[in-house]
Amino acid sequence: MAFTSRETRENNISQEIWVYCEVIETELLEVSLELLGQGRKLAETANRKLAAVLIGEKVESLAKIIFAAGAEKVYLIAGEKFAHYNTDVYTTAISNLLEAYKPDTFIIGATKNGRDLAPRVAARLGTGLTADCTELSIDKETGLVSWTRPALGGNIMATIHCHERRPQMGTVRPSAFKRLTNVYRDNGEIIYVPNNILTTLESRTTLLEIIKTDRHSVKLEEADIIVAAGRGIGKRENLKLIEQLAEVLVAAMGASRALVDYGWQPAFNQIGQSGKTVSPKVYFACGISGTVHHLSGVAPGGIIIAINNDPDAPIFQAADYGIVGYVEEILPILIDEIKRIKLGE
Amino acid sequence: MNICVCVKQVPDTLDIRLDPTTNTLIRQGVASIINPHDKHALEAALQLKEQYGGNITVISMGPLQAKEILKDCLAMGADKAILVSDTAFVGSDTLATSYTLAYAIKKAGNFDIIICGSQSSDGDTAQVGPQLAEQLGIAQITWACSIKYDGAAFKVTRETEMGFEVIEAKLPLLVSVLKNMNIPRYPSVSNTIKAHRANITVWTADDINISCKKVGIKGSPTRVTRIFTPERKGKNLIIQKESAQEAVELLLRKLTEERIF
Ligand SMILES: Cc1cc2nc3c(=O)[nH]c(=O)nc-3n(C[C@H](O)[C@H](O)[C@H](O)COP(=O)(O)OP(=O)(O)OC[C@H]3O[C@@H](n4cnc5c(N)ncnc54)[C@H](O)[C@@H]3O)c2cc1C
Ligand SMILES: Nc1ncnc2c1ncn2[C@@H]1O[C@H](COP(=O)(O)O)[C@@H](O)[C@H]1O
Repeated sequence: MAFTSRETRENNISQEIWVYCEVIETELLEVSLELLGQGRKLAETANRKLAAVLIGEKVESLAKIIFAAGAEKVYLIAGEKFAHYNTDVYTTAISNLLEAYKPDTFIIGATKNGRDLAPRVAARLGTGLTADCTELSIDKETGLVSWTRPALGGNIMATIHCHERRPQMGTVRPSAFKRLTNVYRDNGEIIYVPNNILTTLESRTTLLEIIKTDRHSVKLEEADIIVAAGRGIGKRENLKLIEQLAEVLVAAMGASRALVDYGWQPAFNQIGQSGKTVSPKVYFACGISGTVHHLSGVAPGGIIIAINNDPDAPIFQAADYGIVGYVEEILPILIDEIKRIKLGE
Repeated sequence: MNICVCVKQVPDTLDIRLDPTTNTLIRQGVASIINPHDKHALEAALQLKEQYGGNITVISMGPLQAKEILKDCLAMGADKAILVSDTAFVGSDTLATSYTLAYAIKKAGNFDIIICGSQSSDGDTAQVGPQLAEQLGIAQITWACSIKYDGAAFKVTRETEMGFEVIEAKLPLLVSVLKNMNIPRYPSVSNTIKAHRANITVWTADDINISCKKVGIKGSPTRVTRIFTPERKGKNLIIQKESAQEAVELLLRKLTEERIF
């Protein structure tokens, strides 16, 4: 089924769903591939085409990866002046592109630069933008994109629609979706965006310096197993138990905000609404109460194992497995037993 | 230097729940505070003023109660406070909010730099800053963790996925700041008392000459159509045993049976 609203027919809005593909130094960000995967599902549900916007200096070779990840078409903006992200240059190029081809939907990864670009573009086009979504679907009745995000600090989810203006726009959290596991296609159509669309690309800012830091972020977001600690560990020394468990499981370590607020854990290890979203296969929650703020950072799909001394703690609702008990009692035994199993193998 | 700071009034606690029967927000008795990020924005402005002179105007769009947070800003050291308030603004999304703020700022004066928080604790979109810059037609630098000025241009350090970028921009400029930029000062008692006697200028939609079609619900392209409490339901195989050893063994047996380990 295909949907066309009154607005769509009157303004020649194309039926395409577009995904912004973010490149840092010739590499596509993982979030772009995740969005192409989810975009493919939306396109199939709504019977629309999925296209990607690829912008950068020498990026054409990335098109193949984009087709494999779910798109059937790539709009390519290539050139020296796009080598680094620049608010003014990218905003003008992308806004002009959107005005020329009029897609129905435009999805952007909620990275630092994505969240710099998207609001600026939406304001230029006077259209609606939903920030930092964690769920995306097509509304069955209207055919609109349903943009869902944690609201009011994450205790409540809100679904937002953009009824009249086009494109419908939203930024989407990294790790909220998984990339396709199969290769969608080997190649597709590349549209070389003509120069007359890319006029007046003046920048009012100058990039002076790039300082790279190893922010340890990759590990947590890509980890298959995570051992996370909360206030219930009681004392700082007990972090050793968490570290040991992480070590025997070859897992990454995470924390609730409570421990970050105490200064026991660095902010880049915080999982949750105001921290990171992770999507491990197995998530150990040790002494974590399981507020929605925290759990909104643990993508569904994996298994949650909770250790908490309070049988009524909300984490047990979300958990697949759990032990009611004290972390300082359970963890040493758990660590020993896992070591034994591993040695036995 | 003419500095404008945008501040938002937000609820003190975000531990807000949905009434399960009526599906409405339970929000009783929640006090209002200045959005935490915006205190850092104001502190950044105060430090620029201390170094280079000038004056600071704080602007907020919100209900009349938001006068209180503007008084807090005066107590911290802002020179002038303006509240933009009108029932026509109710229901504004980020586009309508930034549109309204842009009109108010244009009326308030010519600013060299406009400083916002990166995000508000309740809206949490990080969109108002960039959208305001677009409506004003000026450059923006987001996710800033330091602002320096050399007499002609600003040098701003911003966070990215890779680390940091140092960006130079001429005036006028909008910067949205992260909390790690500075530590906001506490106002003195005498300043607090003085500020709380101050009169806050209130501008309505008419005062800023704005079309009511472009503000509030009418001017907002997005609409919240559903709110709900997320449900997270696991398999709930919860082990409760006297002996920790037994509990662990049982857990590991189940995990191996189901091929999780
Ligand atoms: C806007 C906003 C954003 C937020 N963002 C985040 C976020 O990104 N990430 C985040 O984590 N939080 C976030 N929070 C905070 C969140 O609401 C909770 O306050 C926080 O997650 C609680 O951390 P906790 O579970 O470690 O501590 P608590 O809630 O105090 O829970 C401790 C748990 O440990 C158990 N316990 C106590 N002793 C033991 C023991 N000896 N053995 C075993 N269990 C024990 C207790 O029964 C309890 O369930 C946010 C809040 C707001 C308002
Ligand atoms: N109603 C408002 N009045 C004044 N400033 C605002 C308002 N809403 C947002 N802002 C500014 O925009 C920033 C980002 O807010 P948000 O887009 O809601 O996350 C805030 O930190 C404020 O500086």
